[in-house]
Amino acid sequence: MRIFLKRLAGMLVVLVGVVLLLFIMLRIIPGSPVTTLLGERASQQVIDRMTEELGLNDPLFMQFLRYVGNALHGDFGTSYKLNRPVSALIMSAFPNTVRLSIFAALFAWGVGIIAGIISAICKNQQRFRLLSSLIDRLFMGGALVGVSMPVFMTCLFLQYFLAYRVQLFPLSGFDQPLSVVLPAIALGWNSAGTVARMTRSSLLEVMQADYISTARAKGRGSAGIILCHALKNSMLPVVTMMALQISSMLSGAVITETVFGINGIGRLAVTAIQSRDMPLLQGTVIFTTILVMLGNLAADTLYSVLDPRIRREG
Amino acid sequence: MEEKKMDLSQSQQEDLASQIGDENGVKDTLLELLLHNKLAVFSAVVILIIALAAIFAPVVAPYSFEEIDPMARLSPPSATHILGTDELGRDVFSRLIYGSRLSLLVGILPTLVSMFIGVVLGLVSGYFGGKVDYVIMRLADIMLAFPSLLLAMVVMYTLGSSTINIFVALALINWASVARVVRSHTLSLKESEYVEAARSIGVSSGIIMLRHVLPNCVPSLIVLFTLNVPSAILSESSLSFLGIGAQRPAASWGLMVTDGQQFLFNQPWLCLAPCVAIMIVVLAFNFLGDGLRDVLDPYMKNQ
Repeated sequence: MRIFLKRLAGMLVVLVGVVLLLFIMLRIIPGSPVTTLLGERASQQVIDRMTEELGLNDPLFMQFLRYVGNALHGDFGTSYKLNRPVSALIMSAFPNTVRLSIFAALFAWGVGIIAGIISAICKNQQRFRLLSSLIDRLFMGGALVGVSMPVFMTCLFLQYFLAYRVQLFPLSGFDQPLSVVLPAIALGWNSAGTVARMTRSSLLEVMQADYISTARAKGRGSAGIILCHALKNSMLPVVTMMALQISSMLSGAVITETVFGINGIGRLAVTAIQSRDMPLLQGTVIFTTILVMLGNLAADTLYSVLDPRIRREG
Repeated sequence: MEEKKMDLSQSQQEDLASQIGDENGVKDTLLELLLHNKLAVFSAVVILIIALAAIFAPVVAPYSFEEIDPMARLSPPSATHILGTDELGRDVFSRLIYGSRLSLLVGILPTLVSMFIGVVLGLVSGYFGGKVDYVIMRLADIMLAFPSLLLAMVVMYTLGSSTINIFVALALINWASVARVVRSHTLSLKESEYVEAARSIGVSSGIIMLRHVLPNCVPSLIVLFTLNVPSAILSESSLSFLGIGAQRPAASWGLMVTDGQQFLFNQPWLCLAPCVAIMIVVLAFNFLGDGLRDVLDPYMKNQ
């Protein structure tokens, strides 16, 4: 519990830093957002009044305090272009991003862990050396190919082959039950490769432990040892890594949502940049970053629950 | 735990050095070890070929990247246009070759700059400790808290979309992980006897960091470099794909994918070709990085 509170405090320091850094970065741009908002032809009087109304004349620090104060009440400002509260826009996009990410994570973890286990079993197999080593290499090569594919590539390949050539799934949108499949696979693809590599190397490391030798001395087969003895312990680093994947998944969601036309947070951020909508961009990035940080906190906590050694050391 | 692992790797290297006798001997064996990894060697050759094609693009490419053939718009792959042409009648293969210039440069230059920033901050942070360490590490935490693509997008928003600004953005945002690695190396190295000895004869902190601490970080830095290059290439192509990176008519692979997207179903080569090009380069760097890590930094493998 004490560790948890310490982590929470550290997280708050970082969060304040994140908001401050973002706040400064979005405000050192030459040219006032008001000109973007009203267009080039607006009269000076209108511009002045708007600047005053948005509080852009106040010192930066005052603006920051006011922003944080409002944000704590759930008010992230109003979108310039869409003219709706940023928090409402985020809340309407959030469920879609969550649904997409959950399915992507299920795909990544399922495929990744199974591929990692098969690979590790093959690596440790004594019989059929040639075949099993081939399978191991094939899986690990495939995992590295998965890691090396840009997200938009997976999206476009899936669209071309599974939605156009073989019309199994809808091409885009997010309204049919099956429409989550392709975006989720596209988004989970990279993580699946990372999880597979991690599972394999962690399993192989655990296989060096003494209690594995004991099990082997008792005459258990290599698959039995992996599934009954090694798997549970080898999952510890994989759990942490899964949480770290949340960050890269939310990065990937930006692209997946754009390609598949899903109304999610990532697409909202892209729209915000394209229309130079500062409050919207600020809101989406802060919101996403908080999600990432909560994910990391959950992973840390889970890790110390799963592994008592960490608790004692910490 | 991290520090313990590193001590091992160091002592292992020292063992190796004492067995073989001199430093050159170690380098020879490391190179030999790397040459045993056929995939890494093959990847290095692929990277070399692409680099040569990028440098000599005007000689290698059959057409210029902006040369328009109005008679052959959207033509499928053929003898005259190996990978077909795009909607303006430009040769896709030639544009791929010119695009490799941007991809390789954007992979290498910003990574070098960000690694320089990371090394300096990591050394200072680990060596001096205390408040300096706290501030630098919290700054690194803040940078790492952002999803990387979103941070890059925000920087591009601030700087404005252009090819040069991608370089600046990627150089500014990728230093944090390097700083962490260098810091953890520095923390364990500064306890070593030779640093103690150097300090006792009055060698200045700057010299100690440069001559005694930094050289021991080099193996990890080489590995980090080969693994950071592909991620920078992916960031550039993602930004350009979203339309906030390189601007037309530049030949950027990410931009080519975006432009080809509307022709995905009838002229699929327009987006699939640059996609495959990106994948090959990234894969080659990843394989090479994996091979180098096995040789240079065996204990980093599971992190």
